[in-house]
Amino acid sequence: MNKRSSWSLPYLVFLILFVVLPLILIAVYAFQDSQGHFSFQNFVHFAQQPEAVSTFLYSIEIALITTILCIALGYPAAYILSTPSLNRSAVTIILFILPMWVNMLVRTLATVALFDFIHIPLGEGALIFGMVYNFLPFMIYPIYNTLLKMDNSYIEAAEDLGASPSQVFWKVTLPLSMPGVWSGVLMVFMPTISTFAISELLTMNKVKLFGTVIQENINNGLWNYGSALGLIMLVIIGITTAITNGKDKMDAEKGGII
Amino acid sequence: MKKLLAQTYIWILLVLLYAPIVIIAVFSFTEAKVLGNWTGFSTKLYSSLFSGGVNGSLLRAIENTLSIGIIAAVCSTILGTIAAIGIFNLTSRKKHIMYFLNDIPMLNPDIITGISLFILFVTFSVTQGYITVVIAHITFCTPYVVLSVMPRLKQMNPNTYEAALDLGATPFQALWKVIIPEIRPGMVSGMLLAFTLSIDDFAVTLFTKGNQGLETLSTYIYADARKGGLTPELRPLSTIIFVTVLLLLIIINLRSTKTQGQGSKKH
Repeated sequence: MNKRSSWSLPYLVFLILFVVLPLILIAVYAFQDSQGHFSFQNFVHFAQQPEAVSTFLYSIEIALITTILCIALGYPAAYILSTPSLNRSAVTIILFILPMWVNMLVRTLATVALFDFIHIPLGEGALIFGMVYNFLPFMIYPIYNTLLKMDNSYIEAAEDLGASPSQVFWKVTLPLSMPGVWSGVLMVFMPTISTFAISELLTMNKVKLFGTVIQENINNGLWNYGSALGLIMLVIIGITTAITNGKDKMDAEKGGII
Repeated sequence: MKKLLAQTYIWILLVLLYAPIVIIAVFSFTEAKVLGNWTGFSTKLYSSLFSGGVNGSLLRAIENTLSIGIIAAVCSTILGTIAAIGIFNLTSRKKHIMYFLNDIPMLNPDIITGISLFILFVTFSVTQGYITVVIAHITFCTPYVVLSVMPRLKQMNPNTYEAALDLGATPFQALWKVIIPEIRPGMVSGMLLAFTLSIDDFAVTLFTKGNQGLETLSTYIYADARKGGLTPELRPLSTIIFVTVLLLLIIINLRSTKTQGQGSKKH
């Protein structure tokens, strides 16, 4: 069957052309000034702009708050959904996944409409609520999956050995479900830190996030500076992925969400 | 008691999660420009949506979204299936490299995929428009097809292919009559997934659509919202999208429970 290994070649070429090369170009642009000379100018420029740096930190803060809220709300939900004695219906989890498949802008639009409807002013609070609303399913689903696949004999063993229900949860269930939590963190933190449309819609442009800054620069033709900002975001994403991958021992092919 | 509390919690979350969608759906059946004003039951927004009320631009955006979605889904399914068969037959080290490369578009945030492709097209002076959007969509859809098809290949009995060859089938016949039927459920799940990812995309489309006036539904909504007011016709449209997605998801779930495929569970 080995002759067919060459079938991966077209895709390899495609990936190099449309995935690897564009990323290399971002790096190249980021380290060039507008004349095309090698320079750190874009990064110096970024560091010298208090507004850009504070937007950057603010985006991380918002993404962290959203992620933490998603864990706080999503973990109990996933736990309940995966515990047969608390939830017998398999349909409920589908109800949670369903909004994931609706266009994100349509969902955000709907959230804006809801806030309008109950007269909640758009702004930071609306932004965080809207993000949690948008990304909560992405937290619930991986945790649910891990909890579902968890070997129940560990819990039974802990119970047999005299652990109280809370001990069982904190010492057995929670540690065993951490891979799911880390997948969820990855799936919530990454889109929230890089989002731009959601924040614009939910705050009527009152609050600016890092994604918006990148988009504005690219739109205004400042490709070098925009690329540099994109590269900074990539580094953050890389660090997040490395941390979560290190923690997430789950085999991506066997049980991962992606 | 514990169960009651648990169920209450779940239902409160679900009500919160669905409240916006329900409100949109309810107010799609009234004519008022501003959401929240109920001016009596009417299906006028639905008819004006389909008669091209909003200068036909919304309808055009929907057409673009669907045609891009279909083309991207078909192309990425073909590319992804061929790639999966190839990767499956690679030696372990090369396989890991391909898996790694395949992971990049999935881990990349949309905005990075978007600006990196934008920079690519600008650098090589490619005029951005329909074609570049399709290419961009194939880029982020194909990895999911590969991951949908792969489990099927792993489950397959490799001897069936050899048997077909022994019985006189050409390699192409063996592929078409033996391998493809085995992996078809994975291909279908992958294609459906690719289609939904494509019609759902916003950021990548925004950066690769150029300035020739091409709009998909997402970019239309975005532009519309930035102008301040939201086109009332978006309400019936969101409702239709939601119902369609609901039906699609039911079909996918029925398929995957029937065939016990793993691909459709991804994402």
